[in-house]
Amino acid sequence: MERSWQRWLIRFGVFIVMAIICVPGLWIVMTAFRDNVEVMARPPVWIPERWTLDNFRAILGLSENQQGIPVVRYFLNSVVISVTSTVLAVLIGMMGGYAFARYRFKGKNVAFLWLMLSRTVPGISLSLPVFMIWSRVGLIDTDFGVILVYLALNIPFTIWLIDGFFRQIPLSLSEAAQVDGCTRWQAFWKIEFPLAKSGIASAGIFAFLTSWNEFALASQLTRTTASKTLPVGLMDFTAQFTVDWTGMCAMAVIIIVPALILTFIVQKHLIAGLTFGGVKG
Amino acid sequence: MRFFRSRLSPPILLLMPAFVIIALVVAVPLLFSLYTSFTGYRLVQPASLWQWVGLRNYQRLLTDVDFWWAFGRTVLFLTVALNLELVLGLGIALLIDKLTAGQRVIRTIMMFPMMFSPILVGFQFKYIFNDNVGLVNNAIQSLGWENVTIPWLVNPITANLAILMAEVWMSTPIFAILLLAGLMAMPRDPIEAAKVDGCNPWQVFRHITLPYLMPFVYIAMAIRSLDVARAYDMVKIMTNGGPAGRTELLWTLIARTGYQDARMGMANAMSYASILLSVYFTVYFFRKLAAARRTMGGVE
Repeated sequence: MERSWQRWLIRFGVFIVMAIICVPGLWIVMTAFRDNVEVMARPPVWIPERWTLDNFRAILGLSENQQGIPVVRYFLNSVVISVTSTVLAVLIGMMGGYAFARYRFKGKNVAFLWLMLSRTVPGISLSLPVFMIWSRVGLIDTDFGVILVYLALNIPFTIWLIDGFFRQIPLSLSEAAQVDGCTRWQAFWKIEFPLAKSGIASAGIFAFLTSWNEFALASQLTRTTASKTLPVGLMDFTAQFTVDWTGMCAMAVIIIVPALILTFIVQKHLIAGLTFGGVKG
Repeated sequence: MRFFRSRLSPPILLLMPAFVIIALVVAVPLLFSLYTSFTGYRLVQPASLWQWVGLRNYQRLLTDVDFWWAFGRTVLFLTVALNLELVLGLGIALLIDKLTAGQRVIRTIMMFPMMFSPILVGFQFKYIFNDNVGLVNNAIQSLGWENVTIPWLVNPITANLAILMAEVWMSTPIFAILLLAGLMAMPRDPIEAAKVDGCNPWQVFRHITLPYLMPFVYIAMAIRSLDVARAYDMVKIMTNGGPAGRTELLWTLIARTGYQDARMGMANAMSYASILLSVYFTVYFFRKLAAARRTMGGVE
């Protein structure tokens, strides 16, 4: 008797936790498909009575009576900036991770520490000097300027994760391949790379999420549609006196969906990446 | 490959791109901002970049009440948030570990907040805590208190609580997921042995489960400490430091001083305080992690 009572208590506890995690997000999604009248309604309307795509039409500039925010442009900027900085960060992270995992060299620990410390600099503190320098050399409001900064943000964590994964692969495997006539380069691509693929994938996802979601730096380094990303675009809605709740929620959905899809595809690697890359050093 | 045969050693070559980029984007700008913090640089007066004022900015900071309030609030905020996230994350992990089915689905759901942009989390809670259209006030009114309208983000105390809640909502799942992974990887034999020897559940937890989980705790803390400043995004969209500066954190104060008031020199001096704070948190947790790894290595 006591056992089943305990089991239900645990299930109830888990249910509460899941509700707290899910309800805020669901509320945003529901508002995105709601009529603006419903948002203000008294008494409140919990589940939308009429699901509508009007909010998306409005912010995409497809309806006539409302001025759109250049969401498509922001979306494209976000994609270009995130994908480029992720691909480059993973490449550079693989090189760095391999160096830390496979070689002994002078100052290795110091180099690693400085790498990590460079990541801890708060975005807003870094943005001040970067803003001053970028505006002198003409990198303000360019995709390239933002990509460069995100690359520097992502490299330390990418190296950390990939280093952990390379270390798990026994050195004897690639040595055996080299005895059999492979060069170290071939051994890397034929042995070590395939084995570390899941770790590299998870490093890539973290890099992508960081770039896709970053706000503090992007909000200062971008000015116009030339390079503004989605998170910065979200602030367009609050500049006015009244907040356009349904429009903001629609934009929120547009920001979250790509991240959601990508994360669910590789979710298995994500946890492995976080725990094994970190613990078994 | 010729690449490996060049005169520089391979690890140096492999690490070169990483360090070049970090030098360009982090090291050089930080040196520049260190210089700027000794000038009276204002954005609107470019010539003031060369106006050396020595330690004046730092001296003013020492007596600046707003700065110390923001600094203290930031330290308090981080301490409370990190501890709360750890305790809640541990509780959730233990709860899910006891579950007999559906663990994978629940773990997937828990990843949800990790994918959110901090600015989105801030917006989400700004909406939920809005006094007119927010979910919380709607719920209170539907439960019968029809005339109650709590101005969550206008009252200083509740505004700080709302920001804390946004922060905890976003980061607790990371702790829960990592600690759950630790619990699942844990060998069962020592627990069984302890139970046979007559330990009660609390003793088992305190002396076997918790020590085993410590490396996972420090990994979570280390990962988390790399990104403590993202609370800036949340505060920026939720209250922007208001009401009357009562939710001002160090990071929002830096942004206000640097960009709004255009006092770049002063803002850079503040920046260094925030950088030292972040470095302190990171070094602390990375050292704990290294120590935990060594003990783990000794056991294996």
